[in-house]
Amino acid sequence: MLHDALIAPFADFAFMRRALAGAFALSLGAGPIGVFLMLRRMSLVGDAMAHAILPGAALGYLVAGLSLGWMTGGGLVAGFAVALLAGAVARATSLKEDASLAAFYLISLAAGVTLVSLKGSSIDLLHVLFGTVLALDDATLLLIAGIATITLLTLAAIYRPLVLESVDPGFLRSVSRAGGPTHLVFLGLVVLNLVGGFHALGTLLAVGLMMLPAIAASFWTRDLAFMLVLSTLIGLACSVAGLLASFHFGPPAGPAIILAAGAAYLASLALGPRGGLLRRLLPPRHLEA
Amino acid sequence: MAGKASKLGPAIRLDNVTLGYDRHPAVHHLSGAFEPGSLTAVVGPNGAGKSTLLKGLAGALAPLSGRIAAEGEPRIAYLPQAADIDRSFPICVEDLVSMGLWRRGGLFGRIGDRRRVGEAMAAVGLTGFEARPIGSLSGGQMQRALFARLLLQDAGVILLDEPLTAIDARTAADLMDLVRRWHGERRTVVAVLHDIDKVREVFPRTLLIAREAVAWGDTAEVLTPANLLRARRMLEAHDPGAEVCERAA
Repeated sequence: MLHDALIAPFADFAFMRRALAGAFALSLGAGPIGVFLMLRRMSLVGDAMAHAILPGAALGYLVAGLSLGWMTGGGLVAGFAVALLAGAVARATSLKEDASLAAFYLISLAAGVTLVSLKGSSIDLLHVLFGTVLALDDATLLLIAGIATITLLTLAAIYRPLVLESVDPGFLRSVSRAGGPTHLVFLGLVVLNLVGGFHALGTLLAVGLMMLPAIAASFWTRDLAFMLVLSTLIGLACSVAGLLASFHFGPPAGPAIILAAGAAYLASLALGPRGGLLRRLLPPRHLEA
Repeated sequence: MAGKASKLGPAIRLDNVTLGYDRHPAVHHLSGAFEPGSLTAVVGPNGAGKSTLLKGLAGALAPLSGRIAAEGEPRIAYLPQAADIDRSFPICVEDLVSMGLWRRGGLFGRIGDRRRVGEAMAAVGLTGFEARPIGSLSGGQMQRALFARLLLQDAGVILLDEPLTAIDARTAADLMDLVRRWHGERRTVVAVLHDIDKVREVFPRTLLIAREAVAWGDTAEVLTPANLLRARRMLEAHDPGAEVCERAA
C-alpha cells in the first residue's frame, strides 16, 4: 500500500525516475541560491531574471525550434546581458540596482514577447513557461546536473565574500575588491539555475523552487549553514511530493512541485519557531535573562 | 595580540584636497598631515565635512581635486559612522569579529587560531557572546564587536567616525582605552568626535574643521573658544547656488 503510493511510481516508470533526478539536481543548486537571494533582500530578483531570460530562449527557439542547445544558450546570453547591464548601470550612475534591473528586464521581456509573436505557435511557448519535467531526455538531465555541480562548487568558492558582502558590504569594500565580482558571479549563478530550471519547470516556476524552500527554511533556524541545508532538503521533499501528487491525482508535475513548496512555506509560516504565526499568537512565557 | 605595531604607523598627507558630492565641496582646499603614530581628533559642527574627510582618507571617496597620499601602502581600518551592517543576517558575533582577519584568510585561507578572535573579544569585554546572533546585540555591544574586529585588522591607520555616538559612559571609556592602546602601539589614529571633554582628555592633536580647516595642531591650542566660534560662523556661509570655485587647484 505505502509501497504502491510512494515507491512504485518511481520503480515502475523511467520517466518518473528521470523527473525525480532532474528535480533533485535543481533543488541542490536552487536551494542555497534562494537563501542568499532572500537574505540579500533580492527575493524578487529571481523573478525579474526569469523574465529577462525569456527572450533569449524564445530567440533560440525561433532559430532552431525546440533545441536544448539553442534555447539554453539564448537564455544564458539574455540573462547574463541583463545582469551585467543592470549591475554596470547601477555602479556607473546614480540609479539603484533594483530600478536598473527593472528597466532592463522589462525591455528584455517586451523584446521576447515581440519575437515570439512574430512566429505564431504559442503551444510550444508553454514549454518555456511551464517546462516538461516528465519528459527530460539525457542531454537535459546532464545539463541540469552540470549546472547544479557548477553552482555548488562556485558557491563554495565565493562563500566567504558573499556572506561578507551580504552582512557588511562597506567593510568588504574597505579590505578587498572582491565585492563587485562576487555579486556578479552570484547573479550569474541565479541566471544559470533559472536556465537549468526552465527545461524542467519553465522559467516562471523555476523561481518557485528557488525561493519558496528558502523562505520556508528561514522560519526554522537562525543559523546560515543550517538554513542552506534545510532549504535544499525542503526542495528535495517537495520534488518527491509534487511528482507523486502529479502521478496519482493528475495535475501537471511542474506546478505540483511548486504547490508542494508553497504548502511547505505555509506550514512553516504557521508553525516555524523563528517568527512563525503560532509563536506570535501563543508566545511561550518569557525567560529569566 | 593583534601584533605590537613596533614600527611607526604611516603618515597621511593632504595636498590642497577638496572632497565633496555632485561638485559641491564638503571639505574645501585642505592641506596638512596626520603625522606617523599621531592620535588626532576631528572636531567641528554638523555638516563641517568630518565624515567626508574620513571617507576620503579611507579611500572610499575620490577627491574632487588635490591629493591624499599615505606613505607606503598602509593598511587602513575604517569604522564608518553608520556601518551598513545587516543585523538580521543569520551569523554569530564571533563570525562578525573574525571578518577582521580577512587579510590573513582571504577567500579560502584558514582563519588560523581562534585564540586571536577570543582575545579580541575579551579585550572589548564580549567574552561569552561568541555564539550570539548579531541581531541580538545592543548598540553598545555592537560597537564593542566592531572594535574587536578593528583590533584583528591590525592596521597601521585606524579611522573612527563618531565611535561614541549613542554609547553609554562605561562603554565609551572602554573604547577610549582601546584608542589609547592603539596610540601606545604607535598606530596612526584619526577619530571624529563631538565630546570636546573627551577630545581634551584623550587626543593630543585636533583638527577643527568647518568645510575648511579652522585650526590644526595641539589640542589645547586648537580648541579655544575663539576658534570654536569661528568654526560655527564659517559653516553658515554654505550656498546651494554657488559659483565655480576659481581657487588654484
